[in-house]
Amino acid sequence: MAEQEQKKRGSGSRTTETETEVEEAAPAASERGEKIKAELDDLLDEIDEVLEDNAEEFVRNYVQKGGQ
Amino acid sequence: MATTKVCGIETEYGIQTPGPEQNPIAASSVLVNAYAADVEQKIGWDFEDETPGNDARGFAREGSLAPMVETHLANTVLTNGARFYVDHAHPEYSSPECLTPLECLVFDKAGEEILRRAMTAAAFRIPDQPAPVVYKNNSDGKGNSYGCHENYMMDRAVPFARVIDGVVPHFVSRTLYIGAGKVGVETPALDAESVDYQISQRAEFFEEIVGLETTLKRPIVNTRDEPHADPKRFRRLHVIVGDANLSEIATFLKVGTTAIVLSMVEDEAGPTRDLSLSDPVRALHQVSADLSLSRPLALTDGSTATALELQWEIFGAARKYAEECGLTSLGDDGTVGALVMEHWEAVLEGLESDPASLSDTLDWVAKRELLLAYMDRHSCGWKDPRVAALALQYHDLRPDKSVFRRLDMRTLVDPAQVMTAVTEPPAGTRAWFRGKCLARWPEAVVTANWDSLVFDIGADPLRRVPMMDPLKGTAEHTGALLAQSTGPADLLNRLNS
Repeated sequence: MAEQEQKKRGSGSRTTETETEVEEAAPAASERGEKIKAELDDLLDEIDEVLEDNAEEFVRNYVQKGGQ
Repeated sequence: MATTKVCGIETEYGIQTPGPEQNPIAASSVLVNAYAADVEQKIGWDFEDETPGNDARGFAREGSLAPMVETHLANTVLTNGARFYVDHAHPEYSSPECLTPLECLVFDKAGEEILRRAMTAAAFRIPDQPAPVVYKNNSDGKGNSYGCHENYMMDRAVPFARVIDGVVPHFVSRTLYIGAGKVGVETPALDAESVDYQISQRAEFFEEIVGLETTLKRPIVNTRDEPHADPKRFRRLHVIVGDANLSEIATFLKVGTTAIVLSMVEDEAGPTRDLSLSDPVRALHQVSADLSLSRPLALTDGSTATALELQWEIFGAARKYAEECGLTSLGDDGTVGALVMEHWEAVLEGLESDPASLSDTLDWVAKRELLLAYMDRHSCGWKDPRVAALALQYHDLRPDKSVFRRLDMRTLVDPAQVMTAVTEPPAGTRAWFRGKCLARWPEAVVTANWDSLVFDIGADPLRRVPMMDPLKGTAEHTGALLAQSTGPADLLNRLNS
């Protein structure tokens, strides 16, 4: 399950970074982290709305031949 | 002293018509023609001086295919000095010749706006059919790639072998910041089972170190010797190995760092350490697949270096070069060069300490962070079609569908400047003369090319105005002349007198 491992590694390292920031830099950094997370949540809500309806078909139909 | 690095970017855009029926050539033609008809005058392109089969190494093409020049497809020259046309099966925007990498960024962004306006114009002209959608990316995820090519003016006197040695380590390692990011693997160059996400869209499509081709067996250094300028004085280095970027900082660094590296090649001021890679093609693939940024690459001297270490070596040499020679070859008093150095260093530091910190700076990082967050939320993996769809939609140019536009990415240029550049040419190159003549006398300019304009002023035979020096025909050189000319015939008389 390379996919899962990759994903865990990604999330894991980000968690570590957040913890480090909190230790080192106090409430400001934590607030910033919360803010970024809230913004990301909003963004993901928005993306769920704009994402092409049938993802599989959309991706399958995207074929680009004859390029340099 | 290094030659001024007049530069430009050509982008082949991905094009898709909603639904399963696809005719990309027709869709591309609709886009270009709709834009030309609705927004600009339609001026033809002159192919007389096109010699894409010439090889910079000095020999004719032997056993290699000359790129096709498709003269029958939609083709237009814009008042900003750019060319907008159908190339192969894609709409392509070739920016005008720009004086600095920052100006090049402005005109690359103007290209995106032109494609957006073309989409709107096409939708208006074919209201009963689904309008084509344009993507600024480099692959379809199924093994087909299309290019984003850079061009730099160089001194013809510099031996091409020196150019090759100087640029290859940079072209391999700059991938770290110019990659546009891609889910999965499309070619046998990499192991699809072990690579979920790549830094570069283009890297795995490269199979040779040096060569003339652009559509198959793509080379890291392209040898097309077509200067579009006085061939005795100038060379145009045609770079085919980069990704198309939406990130402004990535585009700026792509052109800016390369212009500096080429200046160092001309002034023989490169890194003191020999950075020659044992297998540059393999190294390019490895750099793209190595998200840890720690993979050692074998050098010909028996040592190894990571891509990041190569970049620090090149950056260090560039800093020394900037101190000793200045960076006026980037087209101004050194201000733009200083800005390149500042962002270059900041990006290398970011990559070294924590690449995720560049999620508002670089395309591949922004896209990856977003995909990881999406996968977290929906508990899915890299092979989920929604992930592929989101990755593709990152590059969608439609304002209501663009994912990139929803990210709060750092910028370098004022959007108003970009809007101006949609119709106004850069002032510091011959593109100014081309654009201004087209804007003022569209009916008299029969055809245009990078290095000439052909006028039809009625009774006389067609008159060709050569522009063999990209640094002439600027606003400074020809502004007064154009202002005083009462018409195209008067302009030609004044040019001859």
